[in-house]
Amino acid sequence: MANRAAPGSATNQQQQQQQPAATRSNNGAPQNKVCQFKLVLLGESAVGKSSLVLRFVKGQFHEYQESTIGAAFLTQTVMLDDITVKFEIWDTAGQERYHSLAPMYYRGAQAAIVVYDITNQETFARAKTWVKELQRQASPNIVIALAGNKSDLAAKRMVDHDEAYAYADENGLLFMETSAKTAMNVTDIFLAIAKKLPKGEQTSAQGTAQGRRITDADQAPRSTPNCCK
Amino acid sequence: MDEEYDAIVLGTGLKECILSGMLSVSGKKVLHIDRNKYYGGESASITPLEELFEKYSTPVDPAYGRGRDWNVDLIPKFLMANGQLVKLLIHTGVTRYLEFKSCEGSYVYKGGKISKVPADEREALGSDLMGLFEKRRFKNFLVFVQEYDPADPKTWKDFDSRTQTTQQLYEKFGLDANTQDFTGHAIALYRDDEYLAKPAGDAMKRIKLYSESLARYGKSPYLYPMYGLGELPQGFARLSAIYGGTYMLDKQVDEIVMDAEGKVCGIRSGGEIAKCKQVYCDPTYVPERVRKTGQVIRCICLMDHPVPNTKDALSTQIIIPQKQVGRRSDIYVSVVSYTHQVAAKGWFVAMVSTTVETATPEEEIRPGLALLGPIRQKFVTVSDYYEALDPGQSTQLFISTSYDATTHFETTCLDVLDIFKRGTGEDFDFSKVKHNLGDEE
Ligand SMILES: Nc1nc2c(ncn2[C@@H]2O[C@H](COP(=O)(O)OP(=O)(O)O)[C@@H](O)[C@H]2O)c(=O)[nH]1
Ligand SMILES: [Mg+2]
Repeated sequence: MANRAAPGSATNQQQQQQQPAATRSNNGAPQNKVCQFKLVLLGESAVGKSSLVLRFVKGQFHEYQESTIGAAFLTQTVMLDDITVKFEIWDTAGQERYHSLAPMYYRGAQAAIVVYDITNQETFARAKTWVKELQRQASPNIVIALAGNKSDLAAKRMVDHDEAYAYADENGLLFMETSAKTAMNVTDIFLAIAKKLPKGEQTSAQGTAQGRRITDADQAPRSTPNCCK
Repeated sequence: MDEEYDAIVLGTGLKECILSGMLSVSGKKVLHIDRNKYYGGESASITPLEELFEKYSTPVDPAYGRGRDWNVDLIPKFLMANGQLVKLLIHTGVTRYLEFKSCEGSYVYKGGKISKVPADEREALGSDLMGLFEKRRFKNFLVFVQEYDPADPKTWKDFDSRTQTTQQLYEKFGLDANTQDFTGHAIALYRDDEYLAKPAGDAMKRIKLYSESLARYGKSPYLYPMYGLGELPQGFARLSAIYGGTYMLDKQVDEIVMDAEGKVCGIRSGGEIAKCKQVYCDPTYVPERVRKTGQVIRCICLMDHPVPNTKDALSTQIIIPQKQVGRRSDIYVSVVSYTHQVAAKGWFVAMVSTTVETATPEEEIRPGLALLGPIRQKFVTVSDYYEALDPGQSTQLFISTSYDATTHFETTCLDVLDIFKRGTGEDFDFSKVKHNLGDEE
């Protein structure tokens, strides 16, 4: 059975920073392999995308979740048996509100969670259009999970569990009803995605298009050529 | 939309997106609108390919593979690896949304053929652009420019770059007309020869920028983003959104509303009005407040092969200095390809552009087209170049200039930084970017 590092604690965050990028030690002994994936959240405004991320990464929930300034790029790791899966999680930064999400947002994403609110039928319809958009525009191997969020509000349910399940099944999507408020199925949905992601050649979200990221470290001019292949 | 904002930005071209990002980061409440349903305006990369053909009312043929694999820029540019835009990308953290490749070759045209631009002493000695003695003079010139420190008169060797001209600098080292030509146009990247009579300091700074950029990644001083230049405005828009900026695409702008004193106080879209203290926009949103100062011609060429004589480079820039072809402004050729995810496998996109000088602009770019070999499809655009009628402080309406013919983003950034300063009264404070808020890198 796979298990995951406890989210949220400061020490945990520290450890994540120090995790080696290398996947194997020099002597060839198989070390815990680290695979990094870009995961994006999609769905109508106010369905709980940011809340799901906050619950998963920090173990927190805010009743009056305000768009968190500067926090649209978080990382969290999930431990499978012999593999560490590192999610680079992109939140929408509110750009979905007026249907103004930029294509670069889901470009190169290896995983997506499409979220709807079980108390709002319209958000389920919108989730379906997001799935279509991903199937059309994103990389063909993307792992998509459908999350029916706010499952704690069962009394106000408007979207039938079985209907959503059938839709997900037909379209090859993972499916869970979640609650960012009670934490139900939050870790589980990320874990299910981690298990389904292919962990062969690919080791980092950065290598998908064979480009390079430019960083401050490059800032000092180098004397030896360092090509960008 | 019926709210009050500090600033409303119209158009999501690169300049407006950088401005929007800087304003949001500085704590301003920003509403950013585009009339199109996509980001980027003129600095968008067009995708899928069918859309590009449609734009030019040309039937598409199936030879080009999957349309979705194409992202074709309308305005060709590269980033100088050590230039202003890279600094902005790094300091704002936008660089993490993007991946780049270094451009493989930088060439200059002389006497009907192209040669690699020699940018350091080693390359100068191997170059076929100069004879043996000229190489030595050019090498001395480069060393002098590298070692020249405006703050340290000991490095000046009797040359004052504040008062003496670039022409005088060339003469001091005895450089011939040819060497002057490729130095000024392919290294210092001037578009015409006006710089010769101006103080040499600017040219020396540009030559240094070229060689420092080259030193960063090796093959050329230029970088290009995967998936095309259209990624750049999207990256800065995301920055703005993360700092609270609101985005509305596909929104008509019907009026910029002015108050009794002639200052902007809002914008109207249909029956809605959004109030604001300032408006920032590109010239297309305010045709009555800009003047046309010239024209640029750009020709997009789809090809199934690299440019001849570039060692099969998958990306290149070729500069044709004006004098070589009897013109007043340079012709630029830039080439990118499938390796940048801007074309289907095996395909190349070349762009030939220049500042228009005659009534027959298509004739003017002929020398550039002639370097490319067989071209499968050409799309020609002649665009007007606009500048604001007034600097904006009295109206609080700040208008960017159109994108010029230069092949890099240095003038783009200067315009943005200048507008930001006019609009806010201060230089942009990079320390306001909270890199470590909620992220661990
Ligand atoms: N009851 C309940 N409320 C939730 C849940 N998830 C989010 N919310 C609330 O829904 C609102 C919108 O959440 P937010 O995460 O900002 O949605 P986003 O726009 O999709 O990112 C906030 O008031 C949250 O507190 C949930 O699982 N249960
Ligand atoms: Mg949110």
